[in-house]
Amino acid sequence: MNISKTLLATTVLTVAGGGVAAQDMADSMTLVSWGGAYQNSQVKAYVEPYLEANSDVSVTWDESSPEAVAKLRAMAEANNITWDLVDVTAADAMRLCDEGLAMEVDHDDILAAAPDGTEASDDFGDMIVSDCFIPQIAYSITNAYRTDVEEWNGATPTDICALFDTETFPGQRTLERRPINNMEWALMCDGVPFEEIYEVLETEEGQDRALAKLDTIKDQTIWWSSAAESIQTLADGEAVIGSSYNGRFFSAIAEQDQPLAMLWDAQVYDIDGWVIPAGLPDDRLNRVLDFLYFATDTQRLADQAKYISYGPARQSSAPLVSTHAELGIEMAPHMPTNPENSQNSFVQNYEWWADYRDDIDAKFQSWLAQ
Amino acid sequence: MSDATNDSTVGAPARADDPQAQKRADQNVSKSGQMLAADGTPLKRSLARALRRQKLRALMLIAPLLIFVLLTFIAPIADMLFRSVENEIVPETLPRTVELLGSWDHESDEAPGGEVFEAFYYDMALAAQLKNHTRLGTRLNYETTGISSLFRQSGRDIEDIGDVYLDQFEDLNEAWEEPATWIALMGDPDWRAGYTEWFDDGQEGAPPGFRPSEAAEEMLPRTTAVYQNFATFTAGARRDSLAEDEPWPVAYTALYQDLMATPAAADAFDGDTAALLREAAGALSDFETVDFRSYFIDEIDEDWGDPNVWATIQTFSGPVTSGYFLNAVDMRQTADGAAMQPEDQQIYGLLFKRTLFMSLTIMGCCILLAYPVAYLLANLPMRTANLLMILVLLPFWTSLLVRTSAWKVMLQQQGVINDVLVWLGLIGDGSRLVMINNQFGTIVAMTHILLPFMILPMYSVMSTIPPSYVRAAKSLGATNWTAFWRVYFPQSVPGIGAGSILVFILAIGYYITPEIVGGTTGTFISNRIAYHISSSLNWGLAAALGTILLAVVLILYWAYDKIVGIDNVKLGG
Repeated sequence: MNISKTLLATTVLTVAGGGVAAQDMADSMTLVSWGGAYQNSQVKAYVEPYLEANSDVSVTWDESSPEAVAKLRAMAEANNITWDLVDVTAADAMRLCDEGLAMEVDHDDILAAAPDGTEASDDFGDMIVSDCFIPQIAYSITNAYRTDVEEWNGATPTDICALFDTETFPGQRTLERRPINNMEWALMCDGVPFEEIYEVLETEEGQDRALAKLDTIKDQTIWWSSAAESIQTLADGEAVIGSSYNGRFFSAIAEQDQPLAMLWDAQVYDIDGWVIPAGLPDDRLNRVLDFLYFATDTQRLADQAKYISYGPARQSSAPLVSTHAELGIEMAPHMPTNPENSQNSFVQNYEWWADYRDDIDAKFQSWLAQ
Repeated sequence: MSDATNDSTVGAPARADDPQAQKRADQNVSKSGQMLAADGTPLKRSLARALRRQKLRALMLIAPLLIFVLLTFIAPIADMLFRSVENEIVPETLPRTVELLGSWDHESDEAPGGEVFEAFYYDMALAAQLKNHTRLGTRLNYETTGISSLFRQSGRDIEDIGDVYLDQFEDLNEAWEEPATWIALMGDPDWRAGYTEWFDDGQEGAPPGFRPSEAAEEMLPRTTAVYQNFATFTAGARRDSLAEDEPWPVAYTALYQDLMATPAAADAFDGDTAALLREAAGALSDFETVDFRSYFIDEIDEDWGDPNVWATIQTFSGPVTSGYFLNAVDMRQTADGAAMQPEDQQIYGLLFKRTLFMSLTIMGCCILLAYPVAYLLANLPMRTANLLMILVLLPFWTSLLVRTSAWKVMLQQQGVINDVLVWLGLIGDGSRLVMINNQFGTIVAMTHILLPFMILPMYSVMSTIPPSYVRAAKSLGATNWTAFWRVYFPQSVPGIGAGSILVFILAIGYYITPEIVGGTTGTFISNRIAYHISSSLNWGLAAALGTILLAVVLILYWAYDKIVGIDNVKLGG
């Protein structure tokens, strides 16, 4: 086999040549995120430090994460990917991976190990829900209530079923206008044990049961579609109890002094992180990988928690979480991952929802419209 | 085009009382009696040329706009509308399966036989390598819940089948691990020479496209097909090359099957390759084999034994589908034809009706509110009218979101209006009015937002109605009402028509205001379209809903033209 020897020899050369080419990096990046307090935490914790160390690089932000999947799909169809790194939720990362729109990565290969030498994939652990997904933070969708409701006669909600208890806790509720989480909470309060929720929700009867439970509060609920709405509704006293992201609640309570208190019971964990769009040119990909290595190391993720109450995705970052950068309060008690807050919590079942989303959403919307 | 004839230097008719002109005209007639232009060409042709030049110039003047509109407006819309029937993904991803599945009877209670599973294995293994299988899973999950994870799971496990054969081939002879073995086995000699040359020359540019040898095509058809796919894929990938990667595991399955079918395949090859093939063919009888059907059902997922899954693939196997349109009218495509959706999933009919009803209501409210305002604007002295006009335009220039949110603050239960009513003692604190997050809120906010679109056309029509008509009517003895109703109003109808069309068409596609203040009963069909575009990614269904909405608007426009007449619409003057 003559050819094979020639080929082998040239292979070695090519690989060596590839090493030189890897130094070729683009000097600008387009990062996509959610805007608001969350994007600010990213800017402060690792984008600004990175730009200080690499003064020739410029960063453009695009606040398109809520529609990232649709936009990335449109870009891929037009064959013109203008984004370099996209911040999405775990469920969206999975869909992007499914659609072949995000690049699969080897986490140990491209990410820094923990200071004690633990490989990145072990340090992130279960947070890596998809081969394309590089986790950053754990947040939760949870509930809060107003602390100044006279009709409650001093009672305070202690568990999730306060949402459905209109006798003890009269007043309007505010919940997200989609089935995810609401269906689970409804079943939970209808007496379904924790482990069996998705099993029950798979059946027609189970779905009807959850909707019947939601029926009891349907006409007292303001359905929100963006998290800011829910905070506004609660702050105005329009609703007295309702759901949103824990980081939004934190800024309403700690930074804006709203008369709200957290109801951590049955909080639903979700994860947020980066994906790299598939098909980036080499120089841009090299820049992104260089940035990612820096932005997702143990210290940087711990730094992010100074600005927002979301838990760092690395186990090794947790002990490094300190105080809020401006208010000076301890951040650990406000994290969804804090043991006191996570006594009763569950992780969204992404795979299950990927299958059932279309079906249950049709049912849910039709139920809402009736 | 009337300017063209006036401007052209030819054809001005000679006047009889002008002798010089008569003389010139005589010169302009040829011997055969044909009219000639000044330069001697026949007048007809000259005129046609002048007209053509005019047309061409006009076309060139509007060309930038025309191209702009075509590229940025017509083409994307046409493309989007086409998605409502497009279903290429199924036959493209599963070509072999779709062909064989045609003859399977979906009413039998069993999954199809081994042949279909064999074809499906090849389709699926290739799709998994190209990462197309999950996209297909998402597509079919719109029709049958659960297919998404079934495809994702199967894509992960399917390599195991090929690995069974791969291991055995490589245990037999290590040469099977070498990419070069495969190049020698599959490639056409000319192509091989070209490829080696390209490889040795530092691999500049694109490699020569793979061409299978005749022997391979004839003796090893399955393997050739798989390898062809592999070659195309590696050529498209950035860092891979045929000479550096061994083919996908599925190639070994294909080789096994080909050799089983044609044990004498080696005779068509020569040299080392023939020896390798001969050795392999001799050892095949001892190979451990995999039964595709039972492997899929027993090892990968028992759902592959579910005829429903196969019926879904069969139903949606064509390159076009009516499924999205059926979904858009609360029906669905099943193996036995169209059927209604279960009652608790029907929503689009309701939303279409609601969208039409609310758009008409909003249009009506706008007419009622805008008419007196436009009348005042048109009839007050200039100074006051200008001031009023600014008041009309000011909200028009304010951000849509600001105006919508302002209504939220006004109308909510803890809002300004309720607070005032409670303070006045008109309602009790416990019985505050619900005015937002429902139809009422949407109608109020949208009426306010769309009002200028009604006032402006009305105003521009009314300002052209001469006040003397009404005065004349009155002087002839008409009462104020008769003068208005019989004389003024009919002249203002074109303004109402224009405003109504504008407001209605804007309202029917409105999205952001209903989303914010609509709650559950005040949302429009556009909110569902937006959901399918950006959240569920079911673009086909979104396109079908959009197409239906477009058709409804066009039908209403046509009806309006028939009843009122589109000539009666004036935007001004």
